Amino acid sequence: MPTHTAPPPTLYSAREPVFPRRVKGNFRTLKWWIMAVTLGIYYLTPWLRWDRGESLPDQAVLIDLSGRRFFFFMIEIWPHEFYFVAGLLIMAGLGLFLFTSALGRVWCGYACPQTVWTDLFILVERWVEGDRNARVRLWHQGWNGHKLRLRLTKWLVWLLIAVATGGAWVFYFTDAPTLLRDLLGFTAQPVAYVTIALLTATTFVFGGFMREQICIYACPWPRIQAAMLDEDSLTVSYRPWRGEPRGKGRERTAETGVALGDCIDCNACVAVCPQGIDIRDGQQLACITCALCIDACNDVMDKVGKPRGLIGYMALTDEPLERSGAAAKSVWRHVFRPRTVLYTVLWAGVGIGLVVALFLRAPFGVSVAPVRNPSFVTLSDGSVRTAYDLRLRNQLGGEHAFRISIKSAVPLQVSVEGVDGLVVTVPTDETLLQRIYITAPAGSDAAQTRQTDVRLWVQDASGTDRVSVDTIFNGAGK
Amino acid sequence: MSAEPTKGATPDPETTGHNWDGIEELNNPLPRWWLWTFYATIVWGLAYSVAYPAWPLLTGATPGLLGFSTRAELAADLAAADAANAGMSAKLTAADLTTVAADPELSGYATSAGAAVFRTHCSQCHGAGAAGVQDKGYPNLLDDDWLWGGDVAAIHATVVHGIRSADPDTRFSEMPVFAEILEPAQIEQVVNHVLAIAGQPNDAGLAAAGATVFAENCAACHGDAGKGNHELGSPNLTDAIWLYGGTPERITETVTKARRGVMPNWNARLSDDDIRAVALYVHQLGGGE
Repeated sequence: MPTHTAPPPTLYSAREPVFPRRVKGNFRTLKWWIMAVTLGIYYLTPWLRWDRGESLPDQAVLIDLSGRRFFFFMIEIWPHEFYFVAGLLIMAGLGLFLFTSALGRVWCGYACPQTVWTDLFILVERWVEGDRNARVRLWHQGWNGHKLRLRLTKWLVWLLIAVATGGAWVFYFTDAPTLLRDLLGFTAQPVAYVTIALLTATTFVFGGFMREQICIYACPWPRIQAAMLDEDSLTVSYRPWRGEPRGKGRERTAETGVALGDCIDCNACVAVCPQGIDIRDGQQLACITCALCIDACNDVMDKVGKPRGLIGYMALTDEPLERSGAAAKSVWRHVFRPRTVLYTVLWAGVGIGLVVALFLRAPFGVSVAPVRNPSFVTLSDGSVRTAYDLRLRNQLGGEHAFRISIKSAVPLQVSVEGVDGLVVTVPTDETLLQRIYITAPAGSDAAQTRQTDVRLWVQDASGTDRVSVDTIFNGAGK
Repeated sequence: MSAEPTKGATPDPETTGHNWDGIEELNNPLPRWWLWTFYATIVWGLAYSVAYPAWPLLTGATPGLLGFSTRAELAADLAAADAANAGMSAKLTAADLTTVAADPELSGYATSAGAAVFRTHCSQCHGAGAAGVQDKGYPNLLDDDWLWGGDVAAIHATVVHGIRSADPDTRFSEMPVFAEILEPAQIEQVVNHVLAIAGQPNDAGLAAAGATVFAENCAACHGDAGKGNHELGSPNLTDAIWLYGGTPERITETVTKARRGVMPNWNARLSDDDIRAVALYVHQLGGGE
């Protein structure tokens, strides 16, 4: 409650800088591995090659915006198949729900790009300026040649990483070797330079200066955690029934009659936290469960000869069990429960659906639209002709010829505009818009009936694959 | 959070004083970078409104220091499109019309350009789908019946010079007003003859008499068998297509009053490549010869 002597609260306050200390341990090693793999995938994937033949690009992963194609190794997605991307996004969402309900904020602590790049930038900072104590001294010290040199070096390395990050992004959208050559020769499209500049700026600012402010103020994910976590979700937690009352130094050796807990108040957990929080206050919005405090505390517990696990991964349901000394629930029992099983089933279901859809795709497709203005034309010999806009999608991976034919209950003739015969050629990876005509003889049933059913067949001229589409013949009847 | 207190380390921050069942509301300060970002957006907004058109005046608005205008952007886009098409347009103007169909790139360009020209200038009479207006004298360009010829050169000449237009080289045909030349009975006879040669129901007696009337009055332009003449622009009377209607009443009206449809000459209004493009477009609509 506010008192009359307390100063009025300030409206705004500057960010208090955080200087995480170096830590060693299993979770730190896991984080380094995950960083290496994720950054490796991000930077190296655009350079992978995949041979698709002469007329198609040879980059393994390519988002061709102007050509409206997405290439992923042997898979090629056209715009009308965008549901694959939608399906992948649904799987990503379900995957996040699954991981979070089982293991807490593992996305935040291990895999999120903000965490990974901030971690990398802090590593660079430690290389250049030293570990925590040295960095704190440098912060408080005035500007001189030494500080300027260190800071400029650090910013330069950050800038190089940021440019590489922006560069890697644009390489996904066009052929990487070609674009790199153009960028270095200053002949690339302006949009490439602008995109790289933007991503360089955001990487530099977010990873170098914003850091935990993004997680606390800008990102929506921390704020949904209340809905994502439940009493069985594993999360980083301090064990106050083991650690309290905490005490250090002379308090521990003095005879006070009060048995102190395992926490020796060394503040190692606070010193290594990249978010700048104290996990002993409990799980909180700013804690990204990166588990560095677990590593730090375990290290100290080893040194003072106490058991590990004063800070560890546990679920809410573990607390009453541990407090009463009962056997703890196994990790497996925590993770494997109806909610997570449901998420897994849904996630797998969508995945299987996508794979099945992928295999059921026809190598070419056709759609036909009867011309509506006019719906038919009477020719000089009295016969009636309907025109159609035929769209032939060639997804076979090379130029192919296709034969057109029709099947109907009444005699009808098909012809192709501008082509002698009924074979059309579609270039590689393209959709051909072709006008075709179906004609009914003068005075025939079809010529005098308003609509007659017709089935159109398109067959690969060099193979046996064929597709059909049903349409109507428009005649002169009422 | 650096602003979040640790127990016992710093005094409790202010709360707002609200209390819901023991849940209190903290009153932590906003980050200063947030405030400065907000100020920056205000500065940006003001600068933007000075640089670009923004403030309404009594008439119009402030034009902005950078002189940006969406009309100028549109003009620049149109000029860029024209410049991009310049090569193909020149190629089309120079090409021999009969060989264009063999060149897929040029014929594709001509078809697209011709479709645009058609939509803008021709669809008002010939219809958006080029089917004309039934029985009213606006020809259907999709069928294989042509008054003045359906090959590309003939279509091109028709578009260039028009029909009964102001151009000195215009296509011109004059069907006499037979009300002044023939008796009503003779008109009835020749109408029946025309129905007969078109394969329509007719009165045989009247048709036989009409054959003589036809030979004396109509064959000069329409031909002895009534097959028409592209040089003279006289229709083929034996086919299933009638520009002004094929019922006995409509044919009678045509013979009695004559028909004098008009098509403008487009050499006065369209560029060479536009005319060539639309001629090629019309030719590939299904009726070209």
